[in-house]
Amino acid sequence: MHLGPLQSVVIILATAAGIQLTRWLPFLLFPEKKEPPRVILYLGKVLPAAMMGLLVVYCLKDVSWTAAPHGAPELLAILAVVVLHRWKGNVLLSIAGGTALYMLLVQAVFA
Amino acid sequence: MESSEQQRISRLAAVKAAFPATVPVLTGYICLGMAFGILMQTSGYGVGWALLMSVICFAGSGQFVGITLLTAAFDPIQAFLISVMINARHIFYGLSVLEKYRGLGRERAFLIFGLTDETFSLVSSLKPPEGTNRHDFYFWITFLHYLYWLTGTVLGNLAGNIITFDTTGIDFVLTALFVVLFLEQWKKKENRAAGVSGILCAVASLAGFGPENLVIPAMVLLLIVLLGGRRRLCI
Repeated sequence: MHLGPLQSVVIILATAAGIQLTRWLPFLLFPEKKEPPRVILYLGKVLPAAMMGLLVVYCLKDVSWTAAPHGAPELLAILAVVVLHRWKGNVLLSIAGGTALYMLLVQAVFA
Repeated sequence: MESSEQQRISRLAAVKAAFPATVPVLTGYICLGMAFGILMQTSGYGVGWALLMSVICFAGSGQFVGITLLTAAFDPIQAFLISVMINARHIFYGLSVLEKYRGLGRERAFLIFGLTDETFSLVSSLKPPEGTNRHDFYFWITFLHYLYWLTGTVLGNLAGNIITFDTTGIDFVLTALFVVLFLEQWKKKENRAAGVSGILCAVASLAGFGPENLVIPAMVLLLIVLLGGRRRLCI
């Protein structure tokens, strides 16, 4: 341990406070009893799809596109997820298939 | 009597519906939770410390950054601000589920506490099945996720060195989850413009600000695009 126990507790509490603030903020700004403004209701409708797109990119943020294998394992595995999901429409199968292919690619093919 | 029996059946149905939906997260959280537990161990923090952090934070990237804050110079204000910035995307999750989480009573605080990327993704993409109470359905998704995360943390911290098979790449399970839920959102035509906006804003931000600072510029850009396109998306 680099910090003492008391300092460690303080850092952990500060980290937790920062994280939890981001989760509570919208609920504190727009309490249950009041109807939120229309623009917020609009954002609530469009944000889930938008954030799913953002999260996919976020997961790929550390892929290095300029160095070999140029993100090939990620792109191939995502392609597999899309094809499997279009074909069978089974959430678990699509995720398991894509992950298995990705593990195979990074461990054996592009290792 | 009968109503409490009905409640029991409805609750059971909610668990049965929630569990299969959480299986990808089970895999992802056990692996990521273990990685977190192992990193805490190698930074000199035993199982009590690792568990403390997972119990009160319940966040993936936030806790990994937390480890770097524990191994840097003591600066709680900076730790707080960095944590807010790393997790700023969660503000959008709350905005999206304001209506869904209305009137949930005493479970509401726990649902807000546990609104991770993965919990938000499932809650916003899946409909509670017929015959189940939506409170129970959301509660079980959140609670199971919490359980997986804590289990992974403890396992990793205590027994991280026991694993001998190669798990490289298994964390892709969460990427795959987001891709699948993106496709589920895509099924509704009115979601498509927003979905594409999310991808493009994140890519633009990644190109402009790099992987370390991707989130906040992407959120600002997304907000501008979504608000600017409000008439055109006409929802």
